[in-house]
Amino acid sequence: MSMRRVAVVGAGMTRFVRRAMETPKELAWHAARMALDSCGLTLNDVGGVCIGSAPDAFDGVHMKGEYLSDGSGAWGKPVMRSYVGGGTGVFLGPHGWYHVASGLFDVVLVVAEEKMSSFYPHAQAAFLTIFDHTTERPLEPNLLWIFALEMNRYMQAYGISKRDIAQVAVKNKRNAADHPCAMLGEANITVEDVLNSEVLAWPVQRLDVSPVSDGAVAIVMAAEGVAERITDRPVWVQGVGWNLDTAYWTNRDLAYPEYVERAARMAYDMAGVREPRKEIHIVEPYDPFDYKELHHLEGLLLADRGKAPELTAQGVTARNGAMPVCPSGGLLGVGNPITAAGLMKVAELFWQLRGEAGARQVPGTPERGLAQAWGDLMQVGTVTILGTQRPA
Amino acid sequence: MTQRIASYPGTALSEEDIEQGRVLSVHDRLRADYAWDAGLAVGLYLDGLKAGVILGVRCTRCERTVVPPRAFCEQCFAPMDAFVPLSDVGTVNTFSLCYVTWDVKRIAEPLIPAVIDLDGTSPPAGIMHLMGGVAPDRVHIGMRVRAVWKPERARQGAITDIRYFKPLRRG
Ligand SMILES: [Zn+2]
Repeated sequence: MSMRRVAVVGAGMTRFVRRAMETPKELAWHAARMALDSCGLTLNDVGGVCIGSAPDAFDGVHMKGEYLSDGSGAWGKPVMRSYVGGGTGVFLGPHGWYHVASGLFDVVLVVAEEKMSSFYPHAQAAFLTIFDHTTERPLEPNLLWIFALEMNRYMQAYGISKRDIAQVAVKNKRNAADHPCAMLGEANITVEDVLNSEVLAWPVQRLDVSPVSDGAVAIVMAAEGVAERITDRPVWVQGVGWNLDTAYWTNRDLAYPEYVERAARMAYDMAGVREPRKEIHIVEPYDPFDYKELHHLEGLLLADRGKAPELTAQGVTARNGAMPVCPSGGLLGVGNPITAAGLMKVAELFWQLRGEAGARQVPGTPERGLAQAWGDLMQVGTVTILGTQRPA
Repeated sequence: MTQRIASYPGTALSEEDIEQGRVLSVHDRLRADYAWDAGLAVGLYLDGLKAGVILGVRCTRCERTVVPPRAFCEQCFAPMDAFVPLSDVGTVNTFSLCYVTWDVKRIAEPLIPAVIDLDGTSPPAGIMHLMGGVAPDRVHIGMRVRAVWKPERARQGAITDIRYFKPLRRG
């Protein structure tokens, strides 16, 4: 490929909180400043800015990318906002990569911010308009429906129990107890706690799902030749992939996320990964619901269909297991400010691969990690693969 | 976050801060009324519903029959204009028992949204609708169901012309 190689050289993150006192711009600024400081750069070093943020409706500000631009360090700079719903945070991997790989910019600042709590009393109502206005919205759908319907289908297709799935929430919330920015970390949570939590939309219960939160994450990406001057430990973007299915979500096999597989294959091809189960050392799949982590591990070809729960039960996906999954604590543990949560996964790989993840550090010397997110009307798969080795 | 950074911005407010007015809140009402065109394919679908018929559409190229109908096949990009009446009987592909409304109000009797695979389609080709006339604990995947229509005079050419789907047989 004639593209330039691209590395992540810095990252920053705010705490994820239920209701932030800070405005969206202030949250973005904190994360962006921290990311620049972490690699000793200033705005003068930044050629372009990539913003990710989910629906304008959360903030009640139309054209939110423009609103957010100055807090994201984009004053007077070329700036582009991407938005593929929940998939946006990890889509920022390909988005930032493209800007640099193309040769257009040597350094880009990539900023993801979400303040879901502004929508009062609950961001839930802002999601209503993702459904088709004629054929679905008159039924007064609830966003929980699509997850509950998909989860039930997944359970039915493979004979998976609620208990099997609850283990994911337990693992991730326990992992997050070691994360200084986490909103939902709980060191002592049990499967019984999850199974006894309030039923929202069966089979989805309160502790199966990550609630509304606020936060921001930023990373700095730089071109080969520049990245090495900024840091002696750049983390390379080895592969990116994305894929969008149609909005006819009920015309789909709900037990298997094919769009995730397509995105993963694109990223694996670019990264030269032939045996993902051996060559991916840390996985940060999207887990706004506990079954989603399992669904996505299967779509990423990291587990056989219907078998991801066994990996959880056997401890394979524990932080000290053979294939650590969501060592950060994921969305179920750290929190889910949608786009920021996705980019948090990319940032987590950066910190893990540099050995800087503190109490969350996975053992050994992981060389390659994969972050994935999903969004829209169960349509989009986005994948970013980072590694310590400079791509060939 | 990384161990190299020692302080983490992000200040949480409590629910009380909001309720007791310690935080500025503005309640705004968006004035935005939309007049939607249903489009050619869904327009026919709505006409069909008014007449008590669920219309699907067939792609003659990939030999798929899907619902709701669309004017083009998203897979092979050919025009899709072979409309076919489907049965109003189908099978529950998946369902949920939902105790929360769209605007997050708790309800005691759950809504039962479902994806229903209608007879005559090429699975997977379900539609989303609601179940009714059935105890929540009786609903199961694989259940055979039939549309319960509004009386003809009350129909207006909308998905809600079907009130809900109920089990084909008792028990
Ligand atoms: Zn076709």
